[in-house]
Amino acid sequence: MISEAQLRALISAMATTIAAHADELAALDSAIGDGDHGANMKRGFDAVAADIDQIAAKPLPDALKAIGTKLVMTVGGASGPLYGTLFLALGKELAATPGDYAGAFRKAVDAVAARGKSEIGQKTMLDVLYPVADALRAGKEPSELIAIANAEVAATGPRKAIRGRASFLGDRSIGHIDPGARSSALILQAVLGAFA
Amino acid sequence: MKKLMNAVESILTESLDGFAAAHADIVTLGPEHKFIRRRVLQPGKVALISGGGTGHEPLHAGFVGLGMLDAACPGQVFTSPTPDQMLAAAEAVDTGAGVLYIVKNYEGDVMNFDMASEMAAGPVEKVLVNDDVAVEDSLYTTGRRGVAGTLVVEKIVGAAAEQGRDLAALKALGDRVNRATRSMGVALTSCTVPASGKPMFEIGADEMEFGVGIHGEPGRRRDRLKSADAIAEEMCAAIATDFDDISGKSALLFINGFGATPSMELYLMYNAARRMFETRGVKIARSLVGNYVTSLDMAGCSITLSLLDDEILPLWDAPVHTAGLRWGA
Repeated sequence: MISEAQLRALISAMATTIAAHADELAALDSAIGDGDHGANMKRGFDAVAADIDQIAAKPLPDALKAIGTKLVMTVGGASGPLYGTLFLALGKELAATPGDYAGAFRKAVDAVAARGKSEIGQKTMLDVLYPVADALRAGKEPSELIAIANAEVAATGPRKAIRGRASFLGDRSIGHIDPGARSSALILQAVLGAFA
Repeated sequence: MKKLMNAVESILTESLDGFAAAHADIVTLGPEHKFIRRRVLQPGKVALISGGGTGHEPLHAGFVGLGMLDAACPGQVFTSPTPDQMLAAAEAVDTGAGVLYIVKNYEGDVMNFDMASEMAAGPVEKVLVNDDVAVEDSLYTTGRRGVAGTLVVEKIVGAAAEQGRDLAALKALGDRVNRATRSMGVALTSCTVPASGKPMFEIGADEMEFGVGIHGEPGRRRDRLKSADAIAEEMCAAIATDFDDISGKSALLFINGFGATPSMELYLMYNAARRMFETRGVKIARSLVGNYVTSLDMAGCSITLSLLDDEILPLWDAPVHTAGLRWGA
């Protein structure tokens, strides 16, 4: 079970981590996108943190859905629906199968893929989320999951973007790390760090 | 960065306040700046709602009014609006005949409008605009972007909605107009998003970005700046090639400025493009020249060719009264 205190810690960790890396995300996005990923993510997670009292008081599935809804309504762009779907689906799956974190996370990642009509290997957040979902099911420790996430972020560099705004660049997207993959790893790091 | 502003955080809301006040005879502002809506609604008419990132003005708020949109949802600069905005707008302007969303084909816009559609209370349809021939369309990419042709779709479908056509008919018409519309853009400079303060991309004094979109995102390729005729010929050729056969067809020729190009240059490009399409056998039946679907302070323009038939031409000519377009009313 995750307590209210732990939930508060998770929300704070996500918001703090995103805020601390907002400029880095903006720089990554400027290279192959429109440069607003840092500001948009920060706006969203700041809004989640502002509601921390109401959200943390809810049971975990409802809290996750509340986080997802808040992100959808505040982030905008493609990231809002994608991260919103991740948290909304995670809450829905955990409500259906309480305690099955690995199974619920995998299904939530599938929901993100469906929302973005995307798949792994297209230089998106899925390039991080799917390997972490697989490793979670394989029973890896939080520290190992963080290492996998970071390695997968680096691996997006040489890839050509097939989805997202970077795909308009074609070959010119090669050599740049995907900002969505990086923000996914940052969120995972914040969450997993609380359990490490 | 040099911009007329008080603070980056309040650019959008201050601009919307000014827009609503300046055009108070046509529009009103929704709560929390979520949408701009028509002041007077027509009961029983399908509600047309569009929206997108700010920075393309007068698109979309400037096209709210008689003969075009019922509401427009402004996102942050170059960022899609969020589903709560579309839901609030739909609730405000749907008089019972359903809602038609007109959406430019960008992943963010599509996903946010899709989520709004999933959460909607009443019947909803969506017309996706993807007129930009600069982007290769395939199963493995995001697909073509929606650019200046969006204005044409909003005008034609808006006129048909005023006539009382139902939701399914308007959706079909919008899809048909989109398929009959092609655009191609070229940028001479980059543009600067207020929040970042820096140009979206670096471009040399003697360079142009060919096939650019409306967010300062790169296009087909970087090239040395050429004569207007050479640029227009390549743009028109790209558009003409993309149509099956345009010889003998009647069309609207729309030269759209990206925000920082003088009318003098836009009319010069119109002159060149008109000649080039006429050489290909196109009859230019209607024209539009000006800054309508902009990209902040970017210099450059797009050329849009939209085929007109006996059904579409009268709808283009039908009365329109918005902040950005007005004739016959």
